[in-house]
Amino acid sequence: MSAPVLSPQGQAPQLDTVRSWKTPIIYAIFAVVALAGFAFNAPGGTATFGISAGRDVIQLAPVVVPTVPVGWASALIVTAIAVFSFLQIKGGRKDPRWLPIIYAVVFVIGFLVWVVGSAERTDVSLVGLLAGSVTLAVPLIFGSLSGVLSERVGVINIAIEGQLLAGAFAAAVAASISGNVYAGMLAATVAGVLVSVVLAVFSIKYLVNQIIVGVVLNVLVSGLTGFLFSTVLSRDSQTWNSPPSLPVIQIPVLEHIPILGGILFRQTIVGYLMYAAVIIVYIGLFHTKWGLRVRSVGEHPKAADTLGIKVNFTRARNVMLGGAVAGLGGSFYTLVSVSQFTTDMTAGQGYIALAAMIFGRWNPVWAFFAALLFGFATNLRFVLSILGTPVPGEFLAMLPYVVTIVAVAGLVGRSRPPAANGTPYIKG
Amino acid sequence: MPARLTHSKNRLVGVLKLELEGITKRFGSLVANDHIDLVVEPGQIHSLLGENGAGKSTLMNVLYGLYHPTEGRILVDGKQVSFKGPGDAMAAGIGMVHQHFMLIPVFTVAENVALGNEATRAGGMLDLEKTRRRIREISDRYGFHVDPDALVEDLPVGVQQRVEIIKALVRDAEVLILDEPTAVLTPQETDELIDIMAQLKANGTSIVFISHKLREVKAVSDVITVIRRGKVVGTAEPSASTTELASLMVGRSVSLNLEKEEATPGEKTFQVRDLKVTAANGYRVVNGVSFDVARGEVLAVAGVQGNGQTELTEAVLGLQDHVSGSIKLEGKELVGRTVKQVLAAGVGFVPEDRTVDGLVGPFTIAENMVLDMYDRAPYATGLGMKPKVIADHAREKVNEFDVRTAGIDSAVGTLSGGNQQKVVLARELSRPLKLFIASQPTRGLDVGSIEFVHKRIITERDNGTPVIIVSTELDEVAELADRIAVMYQGKLMGIVPGGTSRDVLGLMMAGMSEEDAKAQPHSEHPMETGGPAHIEERDKAAREGHTEERGGDQ
Amino acid sequence: MSRSDDGRRDQDFGQDENEAKAGMGTAGGREPLPAVPADAQSGEVEPPENRGRSVLKEIFHGGSLVSILAIVLSLFLGGILIAVTNERVVEAATYFFARPTDTLVAAWEAASSAYVALFQGAIFNPRASDLQGMIFPFTETLAVSTPLILAGLGVALAFRAGLFNIGAQGQIIIGATMAAWVGFTLDLPWGIHLLLVILAGIIGGGIWGGIAGLLKARTGAHEVILTIMLNYIAVYLLAYLLTTESFQRPDSSQPISPRLDATAMYPRLFGDGFRLHWGFVVAIGATLLVWWLLHRSTIGFEFRAVGANPHASKTAGISVAKGYTLVMIIAGALSGLAGVAQVSGTEGVLTDGVAASFGFDAITVALLGRSTPWGTFFAGLLFGAFRAGGVTMQTLTGTPIDIVLVVQSLIVLFIAAPPLVRAIFRIHEDGKGGKGKPRRKSSRETVKAGGAA
Repeated sequence: MSAPVLSPQGQAPQLDTVRSWKTPIIYAIFAVVALAGFAFNAPGGTATFGISAGRDVIQLAPVVVPTVPVGWASALIVTAIAVFSFLQIKGGRKDPRWLPIIYAVVFVIGFLVWVVGSAERTDVSLVGLLAGSVTLAVPLIFGSLSGVLSERVGVINIAIEGQLLAGAFAAAVAASISGNVYAGMLAATVAGVLVSVVLAVFSIKYLVNQIIVGVVLNVLVSGLTGFLFSTVLSRDSQTWNSPPSLPVIQIPVLEHIPILGGILFRQTIVGYLMYAAVIIVYIGLFHTKWGLRVRSVGEHPKAADTLGIKVNFTRARNVMLGGAVAGLGGSFYTLVSVSQFTTDMTAGQGYIALAAMIFGRWNPVWAFFAALLFGFATNLRFVLSILGTPVPGEFLAMLPYVVTIVAVAGLVGRSRPPAANGTPYIKG
Repeated sequence: MPARLTHSKNRLVGVLKLELEGITKRFGSLVANDHIDLVVEPGQIHSLLGENGAGKSTLMNVLYGLYHPTEGRILVDGKQVSFKGPGDAMAAGIGMVHQHFMLIPVFTVAENVALGNEATRAGGMLDLEKTRRRIREISDRYGFHVDPDALVEDLPVGVQQRVEIIKALVRDAEVLILDEPTAVLTPQETDELIDIMAQLKANGTSIVFISHKLREVKAVSDVITVIRRGKVVGTAEPSASTTELASLMVGRSVSLNLEKEEATPGEKTFQVRDLKVTAANGYRVVNGVSFDVARGEVLAVAGVQGNGQTELTEAVLGLQDHVSGSIKLEGKELVGRTVKQVLAAGVGFVPEDRTVDGLVGPFTIAENMVLDMYDRAPYATGLGMKPKVIADHAREKVNEFDVRTAGIDSAVGTLSGGNQQKVVLARELSRPLKLFIASQPTRGLDVGSIEFVHKRIITERDNGTPVIIVSTELDEVAELADRIAVMYQGKLMGIVPGGTSRDVLGLMMAGMSEEDAKAQPHSEHPMETGGPAHIEERDKAAREGHTEERGGDQ
Repeated sequence: MSRSDDGRRDQDFGQDENEAKAGMGTAGGREPLPAVPADAQSGEVEPPENRGRSVLKEIFHGGSLVSILAIVLSLFLGGILIAVTNERVVEAATYFFARPTDTLVAAWEAASSAYVALFQGAIFNPRASDLQGMIFPFTETLAVSTPLILAGLGVALAFRAGLFNIGAQGQIIIGATMAAWVGFTLDLPWGIHLLLVILAGIIGGGIWGGIAGLLKARTGAHEVILTIMLNYIAVYLLAYLLTTESFQRPDSSQPISPRLDATAMYPRLFGDGFRLHWGFVVAIGATLLVWWLLHRSTIGFEFRAVGANPHASKTAGISVAKGYTLVMIIAGALSGLAGVAQVSGTEGVLTDGVAASFGFDAITVALLGRSTPWGTFFAGLLFGAFRAGGVTMQTLTGTPIDIVLVVQSLIVLFIAAPPLVRAIFRIHEDGKGGKGKPRRKSSRETVKAGGAA
């Protein structure tokens, strides 16, 4: 064609700066907290962090940290980051992507030193703290993976709580009756799938709003397990509600690696499965044919349909897969944490798992770290209540929820859910 | 056109003949396709011409396996086939480029092309390398210039369309359906597409080209089938005249000219100076636009979809967040005001997408009639609303604007497109205006409604209101405009008189300045072919019953 | 360009007319639409003049037939659950093949006795010695319904503005906390004290709801996540406050507040023999107010417009951000009133369990009531009856009150999916009640309307 070539791709569109002050403001607020708390209100003395457990072969000396200089250093660094961020935005530039991570790490260090230094006993085992965090995070991670699997195909999964609870219940009952922990794990998986089947049928077949189904399912599972607990389980808890515990499997040599050994190589089979699940889901989603199709269904189901991908089948399958994962995670409560089922024993952790998934931007690996962070906050609360600190435990307990609000409000970075999340697909 | 054997995609392909026999598709009581017969010969470009809503896309979705026909059958090379889904259609060698691209914005080109047709290594691991190679191959052969690793959401529309074509070619499509492919393209990009279509045809791919644009259809087709109200009403050769094709398409001889008086522009009461709008993603979508509109004149803003026209009108209304410059209505500055204040200042606004921005679907007609006046006298005092006054108002306007409805308490979402648009117009024109803005005022409407809307707009102009029309349809621009402002990439390429030729407008829409556009020679333009008509009529009755049809859709 | 390919301009995909009916309201894409589908704002397309009549019509017509069948079905399933977990039934089942009737009789007895007890605890107790005893259960139902109705109205109102308010629980907690503090700390005369308590509850709930609304409006964060998170923050905030001097009862190590002053309590409606208090009248008033707000006020018009189509609302000059914030403040205030009903009506003290599960039950109440004010009112009464009767059922027959949760959630699930209920009862879509008028709706629309519930 002889037409003049002036197609739009010839010119780059002009880019203006749309300034958003949200991030620097958040930085500034927490910087003030850091200055007032960690720096001006530094306890004096030292804080001691043990980095070896008693049973480790290689014993490392505990780290003793002077609270005043570290408190000041951390407070000044976060203040500097806040100022830097203000200047960046003012100059129309974007913050480097690693900035929030640096900020968070420095803030957490400053906080830990301050809080441990202020306690009645200024000595804490870092290894224990971390190991405990992982333990607490295991069901959260399973739950958030269930969320990832489900929401990546476009089905909102509020029912994680119900899936975990159903898993915990089924594991307790099945393991008690059979006396076999693995039967318990299997039953937990099946129970999670059953909850998912309801979610899938109502949201995909009957097009009921996915949030409604999720919320109601949580109530249903809570009522059902509570009812059965009060009738059947408590009538004869010997038969029905005394499951054996999963053994801890120690991997020789590796378990003695300082700090990480206990976390990675001294776990029950559910713990190892958790690590495996994170890796498998990650690779599956982003590097396989299955994952490509799954993500396409969650982003643009009609496009997927035109390419011959069965949208609703893919959705149903993934939702059930998610249920299986969360159900398995639920078995952790009754087969690892405590050896019996109690009413509502998941206590809203399904919602924290949901929060971890969102905080982790629908990515299994980031969700894993988000769940770890939440587990860490919970564990810190337990540890600090033993140490006797000035910070009320309730505020630490709030932390995951506050962090999630900050995250979803887009105050730090931007999280974009799959485009078709929550939208039922009606063919033709 | 004789069947040929050609080398395509490195293998010998027997080109494919496609037949549709008596295809009927019903949605509830609505008949979208009524016994349609269609034969696409191998290596042919077969155009499907029809108005918006005539049933062209439904037919193609049936052919592509997205819908199941209520009746009728599809034959490929003489054998009956039954497509359970698009997968079957693709396997049979049919590819489709949808009007709204079926691309996943957050995927790369390679991922989009691979999707559903993935090459894998052991364990289901994706192997995109093969796909990338195929993309480069095809891209080189047709001069597509597509980078396999670019994110689709970053690509211009024209390139996205090429990705769609690559998707079909990678799947060895022998029949390619292009559904309204030029709707989003500049005239020059359209020429490039036509060039690509010719190359595809030369390589043995048959094409079904769906359009309601007569010029394009005439330029590319071997055969034209015209569809109206779900029925085939005739076939024509590309040499048929524009007027004849048009009357076949709309079912009666249409006067393409609206009867209107010469404009008598008065005082220039609306002024825009150096207006700049930045979108939320940081792109400057309106870049230093200045113009005036006088009382009693229609200024049409022409341009390809997505060149800042929408944002321009939204900036006037106060819907855009990052606006600089000045917008003055009778001396009052509008920049920085809320939508409510702008509306109160006497601006009437018909948004381009009525179902999304103009109406609240589940609300009643009465409620929609006061959607932007619900809190003003006489419809409300203080916090309390006056249902009776609102109902009376609605009844009056329903009569005045001839809205066909069961009653003012019907949900507005149940009305047809034409009647919905009348509700919007009735609302906006029911108060004294100092400026009237209408974006794509007739998009998706039937001919009867288009006439009605156009007349109303001219009436408002003749009442002495400054009027701004935004339209991507050059026909509409030509019909309504007293002056035409052409927008390209957020800038005004110039403001020209209402009678300016299509070619000049086309070049300006592609980013050429007014002077350069006028200096271009136009004789070689491929779309200007006329010639003796050859039209075969099948459904004469439908053509004669035009009086009924005008009311039928309302 | 970004606007051209977002799939909402599907003019020719199918047919225009078709699209207009089916696609309206759910059309989205420019920005995240509210989670509640437009149809969930329920079909307030009827003329406002007919509202009084339409309530009756609703009850006898197809939609409500499904509701009634859903309740029956859920009670039936609950009965089966009661039966199969009953010890005597299990015992009889061991020799089922020898004498199957034993099992069936035992099952019937287990389920029916539980439900009879439920009825006696919720509506009318014929075995009581005097009239007071006989009607006591019903007044108890009304007392329990009060917070359910109030919080349910909060959820329903937010629903109509397109927001999923999962946060009633937190709003009740904060409302109750502030109300209780005014109740046991300040020393004021009759009348004024109670008014201030009520005001404090409204403000507390309003703030908590408003935070979610403001964040939603300003940042676009999903309100479901926000409200869930705020619930937990409220729980821990209350837990913390109950360890502080200003809240904890001086002589107690338990997380419990001092008693509210008598001047801060709702007066009993029918004397001290009944727990029913003036808070119930407040709930009726609130229902009327919400009705007026939604159907007669400009604010309600804005709420409904924003809920059904935020884009069109914005274009019409309605501030979506203001709508979201305001509706959440009012919704929170209503839940705050539910908190007041708890501390000033029935409990008299503030504990960490002050909100019980009313906030979550309120969601099911609003859903069952299809987000209309009076629908919510009656749904609140029904679930209040379940709750009040559930206590009696637990004491008399040993059936755990958790069964109420099961029945409640099953009802909502079934109501949300009318096609399922119809399939189970094998009734045609036209409605078995056959009032002559066939309902002309495509199956697809009906399904979508179902998603609304």
